[in-house]
Amino acid sequence: MIPTLLVVATIVFIINRIIPGDPAAVMLGPQASVQDVADMRERLGLDKPVFYQYIDYILNLLKGDFGTSIYYKESVLTLILDRFPNTILLSSAALFIAVMIGIPAGMIAATKQNSLLDYVVMLGALIGVSMPVFWLGLMLVLQFSVNLGWFPATGIGSLDNGFGNVFKHLILPAVTLSTIPMATFARITRSSMLEVVSQDYIKTARAKGVREFFVICKHALKNALTPILTVMGMQVSLMLGGSVLTETIFSWPGMGRLIIDAIDKRDFMVVQGAVLFVAVIFVVTNLVIDILYKAVNPRINYASGKEEGSS
Amino acid sequence: MENQEPLLQVEDLAVSFTSSSGTVKAVNGVSFTLHHGETIGIVGESGSGKSVTATSILRLLPPRTSSIDGGRIVFEGENLVALPPGRMRRIRGNDISMIFQDPMTSLNPVFTIGNQLVEAIRLHQQVTKKEAVKRAVEMLRLVGIPEPERRIRQYPHEFSGGMRQRAMIAIALSCHPKLLIADEPTTALDVTVQAQILRLMKELQNKLKMAIILITHDLGVVWENCDKVIVMYAGSVVETTSVNKLYVNPLHPYTWGLLDSQVQAAGDKQAKLTPIPGTPPDLRNEIAGCPFAERCGYAKEVCFEEKPELTEVEAQHHVACHFQTAASRLERNEVLI
Amino acid sequence: MSERIPAAGNAGAEPQLPVRSKKKSNLFFKKLVRNKLALAGLVIITLMIVTALFAPLIATHPPEKMDAANALAAPGTNGHLLGTDNYGRDLFSRIVYGTQISIVVGLLSVGFGAVAGTLLGLVAGYYGGKLDGVIMRIMDGLFAFPFILLAITLMTALGNGLTNVIIAIGVASIPGFARLVRGQVLSVKEEEFVEVARSIGSPNVRIIFTNILPNCMAPIIVYGTMSIAGAILSEAALSFLGLGVQPPTPTWGNILKDGKDFLVLSPHMAMFSGLAILLTVVGFNIFGDGLRDSLDPKMKI
Ligand SMILES: Nc1ncnc2c1ncn2[C@@H]1O[C@H](COP(=O)(O)OP(=O)(O)OP(=O)(O)O)[C@@H](O)[C@H]1O
Ligand SMILES: [Mg+2]
Repeated sequence: MIPTLLVVATIVFIINRIIPGDPAAVMLGPQASVQDVADMRERLGLDKPVFYQYIDYILNLLKGDFGTSIYYKESVLTLILDRFPNTILLSSAALFIAVMIGIPAGMIAATKQNSLLDYVVMLGALIGVSMPVFWLGLMLVLQFSVNLGWFPATGIGSLDNGFGNVFKHLILPAVTLSTIPMATFARITRSSMLEVVSQDYIKTARAKGVREFFVICKHALKNALTPILTVMGMQVSLMLGGSVLTETIFSWPGMGRLIIDAIDKRDFMVVQGAVLFVAVIFVVTNLVIDILYKAVNPRINYASGKEEGSS
Repeated sequence: MENQEPLLQVEDLAVSFTSSSGTVKAVNGVSFTLHHGETIGIVGESGSGKSVTATSILRLLPPRTSSIDGGRIVFEGENLVALPPGRMRRIRGNDISMIFQDPMTSLNPVFTIGNQLVEAIRLHQQVTKKEAVKRAVEMLRLVGIPEPERRIRQYPHEFSGGMRQRAMIAIALSCHPKLLIADEPTTALDVTVQAQILRLMKELQNKLKMAIILITHDLGVVWENCDKVIVMYAGSVVETTSVNKLYVNPLHPYTWGLLDSQVQAAGDKQAKLTPIPGTPPDLRNEIAGCPFAERCGYAKEVCFEEKPELTEVEAQHHVACHFQTAASRLERNEVLI
Repeated sequence: MSERIPAAGNAGAEPQLPVRSKKKSNLFFKKLVRNKLALAGLVIITLMIVTALFAPLIATHPPEKMDAANALAAPGTNGHLLGTDNYGRDLFSRIVYGTQISIVVGLLSVGFGAVAGTLLGLVAGYYGGKLDGVIMRIMDGLFAFPFILLAITLMTALGNGLTNVIIAIGVASIPGFARLVRGQVLSVKEEEFVEVARSIGSPNVRIIFTNILPNCMAPIIVYGTMSIAGAILSEAALSFLGLGVQPPTPTWGNILKDGKDFLVLSPHMAMFSGLAILLTVVGFNIFGDGLRDSLDPKMKI
């Protein structure tokens, strides 16, 4: 985990160095004098050799210093932490929808393999995984905000107007963001369940007299969860990426919005800080998923992370 | 025993599977009777329909691709074929239990042994969790697993093959079933462990007074463990009688073939077996005559045209062969070694 | 694909070999054709490529020709099949030309990512040890960035333009290929024919390219096909955010971006461009699915 984070920070640093133009000049604007720019370069440490800049950068990160926004003149970390809860709210709502619909849909498709229902679910899932979410978001706005007026098209609302207000604002972006993970869960759950239900231990469960519902939802599902969890790890990453687009469409004041705004304002410190932060979140999430693996699959040897070759 | 009401009566059972490549008639008219405490062996080559027969008794065949086309399975006076699913489920694991061939795959890898055992107990018995755990420990001890209190918290992958099969037996017997179906319970195990498991089953049978259907490839297992035996070929019963009669006087040429392919193996490990030449017929096609005719060294024209009925050629000894009748007999050829 | 035939080298010694592999490839195509979804995918892809190649013949209007009088015309008016955009440009023609960018970016960026990722994966998997550790750590690091976010960040560094879009999406696809190929190499490396090649003293590079790489091709092709779908989506997303190929060049993302501003007035702009993206992505995805099922249904992708 630590080496990965170091690599992540290094990648951001390198990208930062390729950006054309002098950050100091960008920061001060076109009117600044040569002397001002030089002073600013010194203050930012840009006059030192690249290697020292790199060390400084890493040390600052360790201190939790993500730099200062060129535009807002505020600590990048503060800006991020301001927006982060909103992104968490949106992503968890989307993940919740995706899990609650995608996994049961995949289970139903698997238990009714080759039925019409199966085909419908799988076709839906195929379209879902191919969905340009930014387009879906627009279409949902068109239908449910503009035409039907059920939900607001943009913003997050305000808790002052009650939780229901925020909830109403949340629906459309959350549904939008949930599409791809939902479809992916449906597909992986179906294939994973199909593999599991043909196993002997499922026959054993039935022979014991376990109700079909529990055969599927207890005995089969817990075995099918390992690949679902693997996919979930990747979906977290995809959702953090997807939130950039979703937040842009719905003017949702989260990290994604922050990044796109910062790009518009050429506020690269914020862009890099936020991107780095997202990568860190991803690494941490996957750590959690590794722990969940252990919970669902006792054969995982925690030390090596590999499955023991016993059965 | 004989005049008592039988525990299980299978009559003219027929099962088929449907797939895109055609309909497989896996079982065609199998009949047998089993009394309380009795052991019946089902032998036959791979694909002869042993497992399908056994699984149909518990009605565990895949519901969408298989169908029971005919016959009755009468268990304690009730026809299981016509039973509603809820009622059938209460019989499974309670009155009739089943253990499978491969203990490596028949236990659920993500639940502890204890969990799976307790589940089986609580499915059919109204007991508290604590009481169920206590019984689970007792069951494990009964099947000879040392330190059951500790073992109960372990997962299947922490058990050896033989121990897993013991655990499977514990699960199967946890509700004291009247009938245990064991589908090749020792095929996947080491020879020494095989003997232990079979001894255990026999011991528990005496203790718990249950009947057993023992499916096997191995006639040696039949001699030592069974009272009666059914020889199956291509979905049909070709010979059935008591073990003693079959041992002394096997009648069907297919049974002879099975014996020849196994007997010398037991006596001398080096000796070459004499496998039955050819392969079983494709069950997708309608077979006009005797299903074994193609591979039978004694077959005549009639064997390819007319299917022989299973008839009682001697007292309590049924054979389906045109030339093994009450009136006439075949001369069994010596096998050349 | 379980049967691994050592390539070249001893092929001459076994005359029946080509026959067998031909049979196998026939079977593969049979399976692929029998898979109706895969066939549908192939049809869609072919349609897209034909559209891209013959865009000038298919388009009814020059894609960048403005016509203020006819702005935001509804589909079907004045010979505008799908209507016009806010500048009065013919939407159908713009979408037809947009196919070119999507296909070019899809193929080239994935090609770039696949070559680079495969090389890295081959080296890491084959040589193992420290080199493997270093390469895969870097790949893990790249993997930690959400795909689209990495592409966005690279675009801010590289600047707009078609080439940079290809590079950005290509770089973002590298770690996926590297991981996939490395995993394959690790399993192929243990196969007997690799041992044999090593024992007769074949140079490593030769072993990698004649023995190992051919056995990694199936998953690479499947993953590549699905990556093209992802790349097309990403390109559209970058354009949509204003970070991709710049207007007035017609790309589906650009059209959608304009459509967003006229969503209420002329929803057809957003609708049709998005449908074009969706259809193409579905095409590549189902073709990828079909390829996998025909090559090796157990393939874990
Ligand atoms: N689920 C199924 N779907 C389709 N056909 C099946 C199915 N199960 C069994 N069969 C077919 O039914 C026939 C009998 O199979 P069965 O499993 O009963 O054989 P068996 O005697 O138990 O063989 P073995 O000794 O190998 O276990 C075979 O031809 C088999 O192909
Ligand atoms: Mg069997």
